[in-house]
Amino acid sequence: MIESVVFSLLNGVLYGMLLFMLASGLTLIFGMMGVLNFAHASFYMLGAYCAYSISQVLGFWGALVIAPIIVGLLGALIERVGLRNVHKHGHVAELLFTFGLVYVIDELVILVWGQLPVDYRIPEALDFTLFSLYGSDFPAYRGFILFMAVAMFVAIYLLLVRTRVGMIIRASLSHPDMVGALGHNVPRIFTFVFAFGTGLAGLAGVMAGNYFITEPGMAFAMGPIVFVVVVLGGLGSLGGALVASLIIGLVTTFAVGMNYSIADMLASAGIAFGQDSVLGINLSRFGPMLPYLLMVLILIFRPRGLMGSRES
Amino acid sequence: MKDYKGLVRKAVAGVTMAAALAVPTMASTAEDTIKIGLIDPLSGPFANVGDLGVKTFGYLAERINADGGVLGRDIEIVPFDNKGSAQESLQNLKEAADDGIHYVTQGLGSHVGGALIDGVEKHNRRNPDNRIIYLNFAAVDPAFTNEQCSFWHFRFDANSAMKMKVITDVMAEQKDIKKVFLINQDYSHGQYISKAGKEMLAEKRPDIEIVGDVLHPLGKVKDFAPYISEIKSSGADAVISGNWGNDLALLVKAGAQAGLDVDYYTYYAALVGAPRALGKAAAGKVKIVTEFQENLAVDRDADELTEIVETFGDRYAPFDFTVLRIKTELDMLVKAMEKAGSTDPLAVAKAMEGMSLDTAMGTATMRAQDHQLIQPLFISTLSEKYKKYDAEGTGLGWVMDSEIPADETAVASSCEMERP
Repeated sequence: MIESVVFSLLNGVLYGMLLFMLASGLTLIFGMMGVLNFAHASFYMLGAYCAYSISQVLGFWGALVIAPIIVGLLGALIERVGLRNVHKHGHVAELLFTFGLVYVIDELVILVWGQLPVDYRIPEALDFTLFSLYGSDFPAYRGFILFMAVAMFVAIYLLLVRTRVGMIIRASLSHPDMVGALGHNVPRIFTFVFAFGTGLAGLAGVMAGNYFITEPGMAFAMGPIVFVVVVLGGLGSLGGALVASLIIGLVTTFAVGMNYSIADMLASAGIAFGQDSVLGINLSRFGPMLPYLLMVLILIFRPRGLMGSRES
Repeated sequence: MKDYKGLVRKAVAGVTMAAALAVPTMASTAEDTIKIGLIDPLSGPFANVGDLGVKTFGYLAERINADGGVLGRDIEIVPFDNKGSAQESLQNLKEAADDGIHYVTQGLGSHVGGALIDGVEKHNRRNPDNRIIYLNFAAVDPAFTNEQCSFWHFRFDANSAMKMKVITDVMAEQKDIKKVFLINQDYSHGQYISKAGKEMLAEKRPDIEIVGDVLHPLGKVKDFAPYISEIKSSGADAVISGNWGNDLALLVKAGAQAGLDVDYYTYYAALVGAPRALGKAAAGKVKIVTEFQENLAVDRDADELTEIVETFGDRYAPFDFTVLRIKTELDMLVKAMEKAGSTDPLAVAKAMEGMSLDTAMGTATMRAQDHQLIQPLFISTLSEKYKKYDAEGTGLGWVMDSEIPADETAVASSCEMERP
């Protein structure tokens, strides 16, 4: 029993932190710019593919540094050329723009790298067992993902709260005119934020692409769940995204281990009821639905999310 | 918002029309060719699988035509994009019929296969002068050659029940397998494998303990680590899984990372993209049951097949020539047309019933009772010690473990066919 709880905890936290790496950029962009970026998971995919190509030449560590920068620069370009012009026409136009971007990036990835998955591997230096617990190995790469995610949270938090740059970024959102009057270039700050956010998604791609599979469907697979994290945590809240990621990671992981149904529980309490109805279905099969259920509930009862600041 | 919806509707209608217009124009190049409509996903998440089908059929038809074609006519493959949907496939079937196509072929997805069997039955009843034959090369639901069987349907892949028979026969012979874990996708295909696997093992090796039987949601699990913990703590020696796509690759990768040492008996580890996604995590651990893999051409010294494997691989890299049954399907169709001396669907269908064909892997017979092809099957392992060809450039190739002669793969059928 303890064994399975410990494993579920470890797995849940790890999955949660991976989600956080992806969600942090999305929530940052929304919080700072008010843009709901549908294409966020596509930048994650680009990060993984760039990392694959770069790692062929420079190895994993080169890719770890360069791939997020390339993705961030691409993000900056897209913001500067596309999003900034669309911004004038309001939020629906922005939403549709990023929505279109998803398909453009999808097709580009297939054109450049082909339809088959690419063989993007975990670096040899991290391909060993960190420790063994109850006979199961804990791979070092998982430890590395955890470490990077925590470092990322701390770095972003310090950047926003403790530095002058962060102060200006936050001020640009709440008082853009005043920041502009003080001589700062507000549109450029927005470009920077968008680039930074997409760069973070790229970094998540570098880290997760070899842990999972780098293939053209990876953006599509990750897209919805990242939105759930951001909505649950509160749009624009970094702390909220962290908490929500961990909740979703743990909930989905623990649900997998629940090999009994509500009817079984009733039966053990002496009530024979509902074995053949919906109550007789294993709880583990509801696992993947839970994050979406949580999102629906939070939208009903607390629309601004766990730690969000705005009401809408 | 209303405008936006209208706009989307118009755009969708426009695209659909364009697609509908584009396909027939592409097809109607030569009037006197024998057209085979290939209905499979050419866009969306499974486009790569559909694409391999188009390339394989196209390449093999080209070879047949270079040899003089059939009855003096060329074979032409006409691809239709069903986007993976049964509804779209029926639309494709209608387009094919309107285009004067009498032969359709399909592989990906039994939900599509079932719809096509129904669709073809109805079409043939209403249009006795313009009938269609459905050649199925990969939809493996056993129902198609049992309770749902149809005179107009011919299946060239071993069905799910036959593959499970083969897997459990091979497992039963391995005395060191004591505990088996089943993990499958939670839909008809996975549920069937879970049920059939348990029943057949209980019958053949009652001493084997089923230590786990998990159904997980289709295509939604990102992290298989919790399932791996479960498999590991169950002490299983072998895992049976009908998983395909990422559900298979993520499972095996998570297993390798946690140091899980088991053999995986799978259906789909040789599907397009799977060897790449599996990577070295799968080396020596993942087994498949198929009618062919490239290194069998070397094992058998099959010169024609070796040449096909090599020219196809050169032309379409990283795609490999993996689906021999497509060749069997076309060769048998050609043989049936020549035997019938015509391309009339009824005459060809009658000629194909009970027909035998010598392939490089052995004799394949189209069982007359249910139109299920009975052919030799092989269990192979993905390994670093392969003979000649690696899979999708991964440095891992398939190595044959055992051959199962055709008659031992057969499973009795309950089909009582209505013949015209």
